[in-house]
Amino acid sequence: MARPETQSITPSGAAPSAADKILEPSPGSQMRRRIFGHYGIMIGGTVLAAIFLIAIFAPLLTPFDPILDQDLAQKLKPPFWHDSPKYDPAHPLGTDLQGRDYLTRLVHGARISLLIGFSAMLISGVIGTALGVAAGYFGGRVDMVVNFIITTRLSMPVVLVALAVVSLIGSSLWIVIWVLGLLIWDRFAVVMRSTTMQVRNLDYVAAAQACGCSTLRIIMTEIMPNVVNHLIVVATLEMAHAILLEAALSFLGLGVQPPAPSWGLMISEAKGMMFFDPWLIGVPGAALFALILAINLLGDGVRDVTAPENRN
Amino acid sequence: MLKYILKRLGVAFMVALTVSVITFSLIYVSGDPAVALAGEAASNDEIEHIRKSYGYDRPIPVQYMDWLGRALQGDLGRSHYLKEDISDVILTRLPNTLILAGCAIAFALILSIPLGVAAAIRPNSLIDRFALTLAVVGQALPSFWFALIMMFFLGIQLRWLPISRVETWQGFIMPSIALGYYVTPGVMRLTRAGMLEVLQSDYIRTAKAKGLRPMVVLFKHALRNAIIPVVSLAAVQFGFMLGGSIVIESIFAINGLGFLAWETIQRGDLPMMQAIVLVLSLFYIVITFLADMLNAFLDPRIRVT
Amino acid sequence: MSDLILEVRDLVVDIPVATGMLHPVQSISFDVTRGETLCIVGESGCGKSLTSLAVMDLLPGTASRTASVLKLDDEDLQSAGERRMTDIRGNKMAMIFQEPMTSLNPAYTIGNQLEEALLRHKQVSGAEARERAIYLLEKVGITAAASRLTQYPHQLSGGLRQRVMIAMALMCGPDLIIADEPTTALDVTIQAQILHLLADLQKEFNMGMILITHDLGVVARVADRVAVMYAGQIVETGTAKQVFENPTHPYTQGLLECIPIPGKTERGAPLGSIPGIVPSLVGDLPGCHFADRCPHVMDACRSGQVDLRPSFEDGHVFRCLLTPDQSAANLKKGAA
Repeated sequence: MARPETQSITPSGAAPSAADKILEPSPGSQMRRRIFGHYGIMIGGTVLAAIFLIAIFAPLLTPFDPILDQDLAQKLKPPFWHDSPKYDPAHPLGTDLQGRDYLTRLVHGARISLLIGFSAMLISGVIGTALGVAAGYFGGRVDMVVNFIITTRLSMPVVLVALAVVSLIGSSLWIVIWVLGLLIWDRFAVVMRSTTMQVRNLDYVAAAQACGCSTLRIIMTEIMPNVVNHLIVVATLEMAHAILLEAALSFLGLGVQPPAPSWGLMISEAKGMMFFDPWLIGVPGAALFALILAINLLGDGVRDVTAPENRN
Repeated sequence: MLKYILKRLGVAFMVALTVSVITFSLIYVSGDPAVALAGEAASNDEIEHIRKSYGYDRPIPVQYMDWLGRALQGDLGRSHYLKEDISDVILTRLPNTLILAGCAIAFALILSIPLGVAAAIRPNSLIDRFALTLAVVGQALPSFWFALIMMFFLGIQLRWLPISRVETWQGFIMPSIALGYYVTPGVMRLTRAGMLEVLQSDYIRTAKAKGLRPMVVLFKHALRNAIIPVVSLAAVQFGFMLGGSIVIESIFAINGLGFLAWETIQRGDLPMMQAIVLVLSLFYIVITFLADMLNAFLDPRIRVT
Repeated sequence: MSDLILEVRDLVVDIPVATGMLHPVQSISFDVTRGETLCIVGESGCGKSLTSLAVMDLLPGTASRTASVLKLDDEDLQSAGERRMTDIRGNKMAMIFQEPMTSLNPAYTIGNQLEEALLRHKQVSGAEARERAIYLLEKVGITAAASRLTQYPHQLSGGLRQRVMIAMALMCGPDLIIADEPTTALDVTIQAQILHLLADLQKEFNMGMILITHDLGVVARVADRVAVMYAGQIVETGTAKQVFENPTHPYTQGLLECIPIPGKTERGAPLGSIPGIVPSLVGDLPGCHFADRCPHVMDACRSGQVDLRPSFEDGHVFRCLLTPDQSAANLKKGAA
């Protein structure tokens, strides 16, 4: 950086003068530089943004409908890399067992994954954060009770309980979202509890209490802003977790129901064709992998950038 | 120490009790369990018969106490579908799941702890980058998809390993990897972070100042302290594996508890479903309790007060 | 056998940092002889701790050391490989650290941690190691020593832990003991006990000792010789008597004005302070490092290297452009 005028004033090697301090990059621009210099955030963010755009504009991307455009005569067309005479340029990723365009189903599947991941994360985030912050802030008995609830929740196997509940009350997109949301709040609660506990003992919280601020006000204005970076990291992890769980439930036939183009369901439907047409499994699985990877990279990146001292 | 054990036992007992209540009420999620059990085609008489024979006509607290009392004596009731004692069915299926989860956690720990230690010794080295990449990739890989991919390449293309329903040890290799790899990123990262922190601690400097051999410093002084949080995580993950085995067992058709759970859920066999959830939850509670005891053994600050 | 235990000439420690090369220790030379206590004094960050870690070859991370001579008991430590160094550390030279609360491994008993050094370096049985541990625990003033062996660090107070650390350093009967601010983390009442203990043990076992401290009161009580460090250099060194009675470097003079002396400092009189801050040691710093804070600074101080020059008596040297007489005159003026 060009700072000749200060360099001539300050003897080389001496402590930075006041002028130097003023010319130092602001915290905001330092943060921007850290974000844009972070490979994980850039790659994860780009891929996630791309998948998000694809999900929004899914109907415009292909001329087909993911469910209605069935044509058994067109079934199991190979994808473009197979170099087969059966390849149809209208279906670059081929077609599935019902003759539906695989690319269309794939891009519509992004909608389901993102919707479920985001909604379930939101529900579990609200529950977990409320429990965790309450436990961390009030401590004592509240903490004991919340801890007990968390331990109890952790001892129930998520996949099994989700499957059982879904099988009993029937399955739909929103049921899956609510069941997952009500089940996976544990990590939010654990992380929020410990971070709130740390922040709670800091002097500025005591100062706010001494000023007579209400508990709610202290939590909203003093605690939350200081735990929000941890919240974001957990949110990304849990969004990925929810998406993986939905895919697993749908794969087992008890998540999103056919003919919806859920990626997990697509893998499940293609399971029988694994010997002859493995790409039917490979494509939605790879999409799932890319989405989760992108979300996790972004989450890891946020953690690195907001807490550089924790990088190692 | 005795106080600590008793306290932990008390918590474990309370959690188990709460879990049993939740598990019991699971069958009421759908409303009337008799209707759910009888199936859609059942007549009113059949539903009534089922309600009577399963005791669903009694007040719910009575049903719960009766169910809990029998469960404590090892009687989990009879399966509506299999017409067998649930305890017997679960006992015959349990060993396969325990073997699978045991192999999976062993695979995960054997892979992740040395990798985490190696990565912590030389941060930013090639092995550290490799470990981190493996962690990032591992965390993003859906286990059922990974299982299918392995099946395709190792089972079908290369024909190295049997792909399903094989009760030999080779049959357990792919399922164990598929179940275990998902745990490796977390354990690896925790080991690495713990070792990095411990290696910078004052007592490691003391150990070096004593002239101890590097291996003694690393394993006796550093790993012993860094491993303590890993034990807790591994126990939690082992518990999750028991529950997560449902996906892997159904893919590889392993005749274990997970596969049984999947079959049971599809058949709508409510008493059996209850029993499986209860058994898996109890396993989790026991395992985390044992992990706490192991930690107390490893960390004298817990043990000696 | 010569009485010279440690010989250090032109010891340099470099640490690469983002903005260049940091030189926290710049060409330090000193000797330690048997039965002698050398105090290295200086304020935080002057390089005194790094000097001791460099001697032990325990420098953190990317820091590197060089020296023209670095000998312990006539053995060149620079050519000794890492394997040989582990044989020397804890055996011929031992170190006591600043933080007794965190310097003991929480996972092992006191006995285990005391005995392991001896078992590592000497051919002794477990019972003999135990005996020696009990003997030394008693030596450092710990009662019920045998029962302490089975206790864990968290069961002991800070003062006790530092006594254990001292016993641990003595386990193999080292020729040289380095104590890096061994009392700063302790209560004031315990500080004095620990210092007296260290001084007594050093005389009793006839070891050489390097005591690193920023507390001139400590120095006055236990030092045979003193090296005053400032910004990576030794600015004045001599016997304790020489340095305390005739401080010739302006920094030493300033330091001594900062502490009250019973019977000498008048009640209610303001204590001295040294204005300014320590210069950054990244890159090369020409001239005298103390120039920016020195009350007697001249133009010549800011350019060229300032070397150590003899003061009034033999063995007393200081790093300044002033003559000893000018310095002594300054001191008188300041006192008047």
